[in-house]
Amino acid sequence: MSRLSGWGRTAAVDAEVLEVTTEEQVAAALTAPLAPRGLGRSYGDAAQLAGGRVLDLRGLDTISPVSPDGEVTVGAGASLDALVRAVMPAGWFVPVTPGTRQVTLGGALAADVHGKNHHRDGSLGAHVTHLRVVSPTGIHELTPADGERFFVHLGAMGLSGVVTEVTLGLLPISSDRVLVDTERFDDLDGVMAAMVEGDHRYRYSVAWVDCAARSGRGRAVLTRGDHARADDLASATLRPPRPARLAVPLTAPPGLLNAASVTAFNEMWFRRAPRHRVREPQRLETFFHPLDGVRDWNRLYGPRGFVQYQFVVPDAAAETVHEAVARLAASRVPSFLAVLKRFGAANPAPLSFPQPGWTLALDLPVGPPALPGLLDMLDEMVVAAGGRVYLAKDARLAPSTLRAMYPRLSDFAALAATFDPEHRLTSDLDRRLRLREG
Amino acid sequence: MDNAFGQPQTVVVLGGTSDIARAVVRRLAAARADTVVLAGRDGAALAEAAEEARDFGALETPIVTFDATDVGDAGRAVADCFAAAGREVDLVILAVGRLGHQEDDQDDPGRAGEGALVNFAWPVAALAAVRRLLVAQGHGRILVMSSVAAIRVRRSAYLYGGAKAGLDRLATGLAASLAGTGVSLHLLRPGFVRTKMTAGEPEPPLTTGVEPVAEAVVRGLAIGQPVIWSPPVLRWAMLVLRHLPARLWSRVMDR
Repeated sequence: MSRLSGWGRTAAVDAEVLEVTTEEQVAAALTAPLAPRGLGRSYGDAAQLAGGRVLDLRGLDTISPVSPDGEVTVGAGASLDALVRAVMPAGWFVPVTPGTRQVTLGGALAADVHGKNHHRDGSLGAHVTHLRVVSPTGIHELTPADGERFFVHLGAMGLSGVVTEVTLGLLPISSDRVLVDTERFDDLDGVMAAMVEGDHRYRYSVAWVDCAARSGRGRAVLTRGDHARADDLASATLRPPRPARLAVPLTAPPGLLNAASVTAFNEMWFRRAPRHRVREPQRLETFFHPLDGVRDWNRLYGPRGFVQYQFVVPDAAAETVHEAVARLAASRVPSFLAVLKRFGAANPAPLSFPQPGWTLALDLPVGPPALPGLLDMLDEMVVAAGGRVYLAKDARLAPSTLRAMYPRLSDFAALAATFDPEHRLTSDLDRRLRLREG
Repeated sequence: MDNAFGQPQTVVVLGGTSDIARAVVRRLAAARADTVVLAGRDGAALAEAAEEARDFGALETPIVTFDATDVGDAGRAVADCFAAAGREVDLVILAVGRLGHQEDDQDDPGRAGEGALVNFAWPVAALAAVRRLLVAQGHGRILVMSSVAAIRVRRSAYLYGGAKAGLDRLATGLAASLAGTGVSLHLLRPGFVRTKMTAGEPEPPLTTGVEPVAEAVVRGLAIGQPVIWSPPVLRWAMLVLRHLPARLWSRVMDR
């Protein structure tokens, strides 16, 4: 038995871990219930099964050569980090990256991850051209032409089959830098207006919002940019990212991250940002994966861990973002810098999170007694606005709320059952939200 | 499943009409508990507790009846509760017990023995069944209702206190036996609580209503406290009181 939890380090459980390196082993393991797991970077309980079996897929880590038109076929257990290191020297980059490279391709697909370019490039699923899926009904080769039988696996949280191989189209780059424009705003209105007005001019856009400021107005720093071309720079290189040089060696004592320390950190961080700066060349990993520079940063949140709350609401419900920031500030629940971004079009996957509108992600240490109720209240606001929360981050949603947020859940459950009629693919997330029950 | 805040979804209550258990259930149902199995002796009182649980947010509230003087039936009662839950059980609350009437019972072998059945023997048998089912599940939590009366037994309630002392000590050993199984045990030690069980009894210092006890339980479940005291100051008060010389103890506690 091994002790497992998600990246938020809440609700740790004991489970039996099976390490596999071949599709045959995956198929053999699927004779009984299990939960697939990669690098354990989903925040909640998606990749664990208390008292049950967990399938560790990190051994499926092959990476094919890149085809001339930029296609690569990757084992589901390979990390984005390994992929980026393999393809960058030849001038390729992943078409979509979340805030860390320490996720597997299988996990990234299971969450249908998005990045700072969702407003123009969509989620990871939009760049996948072929999937191999092992399920109790056999081995399935699928492409977008297969329609719902392909799309059901995007954002399925590993509950529709075990994806073993992903083929995706890479993005050509000619340097390892991003040219970044930075602007500072004293309130949320300002930054949201700037994003509506100008995001279409940039491939990448994201804003960091300070929810701890007592004013509740949500001051923000907006960073936007695109890959630097070789002729934008004095000398262009294609060096892959450096490994983390810092680590958090121990779990921090409870209460280290409290309202006072978080407010002080946010203050420092906000003041450090330039009021306005254009075309600053930044290394790719600095721009995309700043936290990958510190290993085990989740230990800073202390023994009780933290939850991340990420929601999306349609453009018409921008007011919900204001309301959420104001309630968070008023509650004095400590919140690190929140991430605000605009999403573009959704894809046809029934459980995929992104939909057009505003998304806000919050990191919140577990501990304040008001936190569970505050998040339940935010759930209600999000449902009322026609939005939803992100399952890869979730560790506390109620089954009934989930159903209001994902109206196509029953479609998902019916499709997943065609790949897994006896419900062998499960997880604590599945048991908590009853995702496969529809 | 328990969520990130330690809020359970499926709860079994043995002794479902206990005022403390009901106060705990109200809070759990208002959070994430949608299935609450209520087990006890009195079907009508259980039906009332079930309605209350639904008022607070539970969706399914099946009822199981048992007689806590029938130790041989404890395994059946627990199995029925787990079957009625219909899902894996996240939390079992053991709240079976009765105060009795010390002065009437202390010289009556039948009644003294029956009190020990209800307060000790039946809970022990039930815990054996619960342990087996939860360990097989590989996760789940048990809340055992002990009492400060178990820490040092008072002359004026030694039948109740003695049986609770046995249950309390047994539960600490049971908790240790669960290491590595994925199952854990929380021991609740409330002080004197105003309930229907204690109605008419003289109230000692630090007496509370049921709500502070329920609050302490929910907090203890959230942070994984092995022993939950209510009010919390009793932990320190009992540390002193349990070491008082016998005569002084008697004068303080059995006035």
